[in-house]
Amino acid sequence: MTPSRRPPREPMPGPIEWLRENLFSSWGNAALTVLALAIIYWTVVPFVTWAIVDAAWTGTGRDDCLAYDGACWPFVMQRIGQIVYGFYDVGQRWRVDIALIVLAAGLAWLTLPRVPGKRPVGALMLTLYPVAAFFLLAGGMGLEHVPTTRWGGFMMTMIVAMTGIVASLPLGILLALGRRSDLPVVKGFSIAFIELWRGVPLVTVLFMAANMLPLFAGLSVNKVLSALIAVALFSAAYMAEVVRGGLAAIPKGQYEAANAMGLPYWQAMAFIILPQALRLALPNIVGNFIGLLKDTSLISIIGLFDLLGIVQAGSTDPEWAAPNTAMTGYVFVGVVFWAMCFSMSRYAKHMEGVLAAGERR
Amino acid sequence: MSANGAAVEVVGLNKWFKTFHALKDVSLSVGSGERVVICGPSGSGKSTLIRCINALERHEEGKVIVEGVELSDEVGQIEAVRRNVGMVFQQFNLFPHLTVLENCTLAPMWVKRIPKAKAEELAMQYLDRVHIPDQAKKYPGQLSGGQQQRVAIARALTMEPRIMLFDEPTSALDPEMIKEVLETMVELAETGMTMLCVTHEMGFARTVANRVVFMDHGEIVEVAPPQEFFTNPKSERTKEFLAQILH
Repeated sequence: MTPSRRPPREPMPGPIEWLRENLFSSWGNAALTVLALAIIYWTVVPFVTWAIVDAAWTGTGRDDCLAYDGACWPFVMQRIGQIVYGFYDVGQRWRVDIALIVLAAGLAWLTLPRVPGKRPVGALMLTLYPVAAFFLLAGGMGLEHVPTTRWGGFMMTMIVAMTGIVASLPLGILLALGRRSDLPVVKGFSIAFIELWRGVPLVTVLFMAANMLPLFAGLSVNKVLSALIAVALFSAAYMAEVVRGGLAAIPKGQYEAANAMGLPYWQAMAFIILPQALRLALPNIVGNFIGLLKDTSLISIIGLFDLLGIVQAGSTDPEWAAPNTAMTGYVFVGVVFWAMCFSMSRYAKHMEGVLAAGERR
Repeated sequence: MSANGAAVEVVGLNKWFKTFHALKDVSLSVGSGERVVICGPSGSGKSTLIRCINALERHEEGKVIVEGVELSDEVGQIEAVRRNVGMVFQQFNLFPHLTVLENCTLAPMWVKRIPKAKAEELAMQYLDRVHIPDQAKKYPGQLSGGQQQRVAIARALTMEPRIMLFDEPTSALDPEMIKEVLETMVELAETGMTMLCVTHEMGFARTVANRVVFMDHGEIVEVAPPQEFFTNPKSERTKEFLAQILH
């Protein structure tokens, strides 16, 4: 047997050669490179000037920002409490802290590789945590009652997004299975549900839930609760279609092999079909989660203040109203949303790799 | 026919796909421990016939009786029949997200409620029998076609079925892999397993079959012991088919 040989190593290109090969390999590419540099220059430089060089960094009110042409960072710093907690009683904010810290710890535990005990922790986060967090935030059992009308800011965004994410995936899976069911009633209900919710804008759904129901049905509904239910059901309908796409991609032979071994329907789904289908659908599932996180801003239509809503409201406050206040707030909110969405997207990419390595097709 | 009744009894079976009449009045009785090879041109209904036996296809008319139990629409009863009837597919249909061992232990653990350790022991015993115990921790995608099909056989056997159905088990294999799968099947036949085999491997039919069934256009044309079937076929259609397949 001949010993296996590696290909001969390419000599490392020098920086000039690298530039020539990658950026200036032809007249067309050279022109594109120059154009790209120009675009970067015209966008990044003014932004950095605005956000850092010309920005106000200290102060207590609008007068401190009026003196500068750039961003008004004191606004964000002074209002950070409201941005995180909404109108939650200042003396009770520790309760939100605990809920957010436990959430962050739980998420870290579940997402970091090589940490043991993911199953029990995941089970606790899905069962005990929501109940505990509810009592912690709303009060009861010895804690002072904080009405949901005082909730807001980052905390509200997390509550709506997390509830939506946690509720929409299982509901979506059930609806997707229902839509492929042989039972006409189940199938009909699933199709009707999915198409009804997908056919209506979320804004309309939120508005109906918060305003129309009390008006017509005489029901007095908690706005936060109705927003949570509306977001969960709305995203479940979208999730159902994403999962259905994954299910449709599983070859018929997999169903037949599971059936032929006598596996009952739910076990065949749980052990054979869904693990494969969800892996295929993972990029789209995370795409839905990201969309859902961003859509939480729409709850401002029914008078709830999420992260964006509270910053928007704060920037019109006469105490802070300056030419750059609103823009500073938007940039801050944009960065926070981007950081959350980007981490989700990166984590999903990582998981795709992990799952694909397990399968090694 | 064995005294204790037929393992599989098919009586007057009719099956349509939309308007296509796939099985026409098919009747066949397979005794316990008997090995039957079903052959015929493609589209003759041979796969459909054995897929009716474990209810992967539902028939419109006639009866399918497996070990004395007539197949009905009742889910629990179909699942009970499937517990005792193993099946091997042309495309293997292994579960790509599970290891070889997990492929084998899943159904025994969840259908027969056998504890994990016992199921793994059982699976290793059958992987050993198909000569690939050393691949147990690998994923199906890491194995050759022949190895995958042997895993599929071991997976079916780990349920300890009394009847095995083979649906063209070697048709998707490269020529050099066919032999290892056929050898495994011959060894299985030697254990006295009841086997219904759709295949074009006439050498296999000659070696292990008690009877060869020839189907064409959804009908059973001829049933005969292999010796008689190959040397003295009665029907013209059988002669034509044999002439095509043997040369």
